[in-house]
Amino acid sequence: MTTTTRPPVADDALRLSHRRTLPRWAPWVALAASLVVATGLLALGGTPGIVSVALLGALVYTVGFTAVSWVIEGRRHATNRFATTLVTAAFVAAMVPLVSLVLTVLKHGLAWMSVEFLTTDMVGVFGAMESGGVYHAIIGTLLITFWAAVISVPIGILTAVYLVEYGRGALARGITFLVDVMTGIPSIVAGLFAFALFTLIFGPAYRAGIMGAVALALLMTPVVVRSVEEMLRLVPNELREAALALGVPTWLMIVKVVLRTAVAGIVTGVMLAVARVIGETAPLLLTVGYVAQVNTDVFDGRMTTLPVYVYREYSQGGVGIERAWAAALVLIVLVMLLNLVARLVSRIFAPKVAP
Amino acid sequence: MSKRIDVSDLNVYYGSFLAVADVSLTMEPRSVTAFIGPSGCGKSTFLRTLNRMHEVIPGARVEGKVVMDGVDLYGSDVDPVEVRGQVGMVFQRPNPFPTMSIAENVLAGIRLNNRRLSKSDAAGIVEESLRGANLWNEVKDRLDRPGSSLSGGQQQRLCIARAIAVKPQVVLMDEPCSALDPISTLAIEDLIEELKADYTIVIVTHNMQQAARVSDRTAFFNIEGTGKPGRLVEVGDTSTIFSSPSQKATEDYISGRFG
Repeated sequence: MTTTTRPPVADDALRLSHRRTLPRWAPWVALAASLVVATGLLALGGTPGIVSVALLGALVYTVGFTAVSWVIEGRRHATNRFATTLVTAAFVAAMVPLVSLVLTVLKHGLAWMSVEFLTTDMVGVFGAMESGGVYHAIIGTLLITFWAAVISVPIGILTAVYLVEYGRGALARGITFLVDVMTGIPSIVAGLFAFALFTLIFGPAYRAGIMGAVALALLMTPVVVRSVEEMLRLVPNELREAALALGVPTWLMIVKVVLRTAVAGIVTGVMLAVARVIGETAPLLLTVGYVAQVNTDVFDGRMTTLPVYVYREYSQGGVGIERAWAAALVLIVLVMLLNLVARLVSRIFAPKVAP
Repeated sequence: MSKRIDVSDLNVYYGSFLAVADVSLTMEPRSVTAFIGPSGCGKSTFLRTLNRMHEVIPGARVEGKVVMDGVDLYGSDVDPVEVRGQVGMVFQRPNPFPTMSIAENVLAGIRLNNRRLSKSDAAGIVEESLRGANLWNEVKDRLDRPGSSLSGGQQQRLCIARAIAVKPQVVLMDEPCSALDPISTLAIEDLIEELKADYTIVIVTHNMQQAARVSDRTAFFNIEGTGKPGRLVEVGDTSTIFSSPSQKATEDYISGRFG
């Protein structure tokens, strides 16, 4: 048996009121000091680079500031500071590639961007000619993605409705499993599938945008199913019961209450799925290929899409590389615009909440 | 409006589990019947069999007869959707549709069924139902505001307005006041008093004072132990049940000796 001596209560109260804390600006000063120290240390061995200063500075800050906090504020606060530092560092590390990517694409892309680039196709452009543009690829990407969505969104939403509202037992479990498997299909396999399917039906010479749309739909469907399923499960059961208790048939309850309540989330899920496939290159390269002029008929002839255009131009080298960067920028802006539209749609349809 | 419900030899199952056994009970028109009893004794389960909401739960089923106006609600040619149009329900927690305004919530039972309504008819139904639920004066200036902008008690009265807008014969209430404060509870109890002029009302409550205040007849349900089915112990006029019950268990329960 051990006896422990408790400090008197008055002592505890004293410590509560006289706790020493670092001022608000302390982390920033510590960070600046760490960077200065890191620069100084690295300068001893030559001209310091930004990356090495940032890494060493972060290390100095983590160790140094935690130690300072331990001495002044005590162990618990030091642990808190340490954890905060790690979390912030992880966030910054995740942001670096993202920001760097956007900046790089903006820098290279804007250099070649012009109204002409957006409104002309590649007909009659050879070698080092600087004319030509991305118009046909924008049309192709929009059309093929649109058709992919037309195919996969109804299938995806209906599958999700089945799984959430009707599915029980082995069939539902089987579908869930297959959807999970489909999520992992490599995009090139989807491309090969679409290619094989259309070759079997229409013969080996057939090429059309719809082939690419089918390949993309194959990749989109599981994403749509999964996200819509999550959204439908979020709809409170009370609303379903409220509708049923009013004498509303199940199918109308699903259409007018469940889907209506979840529509904002469904739109977001569909947009995520579109963003997932709009940048796909391999299946489109395989199925719809590349063509220099505008083709608006998805059921006849090759079409050019932005990712394939980027790939093709980049592999040509020379001025093509400039076109590739500009087209990549167009693709990013396109995805962003679609996301904005989706945000707007979900805001309009979101459940009204009390202000 | 307002019909009698005769329940005879009803057994209620969840899958193979017998939840409520052997209930025979009559609910009179234009009166309030209250179900009391300890938690888990099957009051709510039994209530939900009266408008066939019980079978919404997978695996749930019912044996026996529930006869309303000479028709067995569980007959093979009876459509549960029709039954629910005749027997309305108010739930424990207020559940207005979040995507709809106050007026749209009242009209939900009609609009969700794709029935067309002229503007004047719709306005008439909204006013009549909201007046019927004692909510009209509080919301008449903001009918296009979301239903979720109301207070809990107002939301519950909105749900009652929604239930009576489809002109049911019977209104079932599953602990309608358990999520509400005393003042809102009083408002609902006053409303029940008025509604019984037109409807058969069945209310489940945990609050025995509430049962004594609002009901004409009281049914006491009890359960012998976990895993055993709930049973109807005793039913009678509320005054009799609360003053001189014939069963020992009822007396113990209402005098607070258990449950």
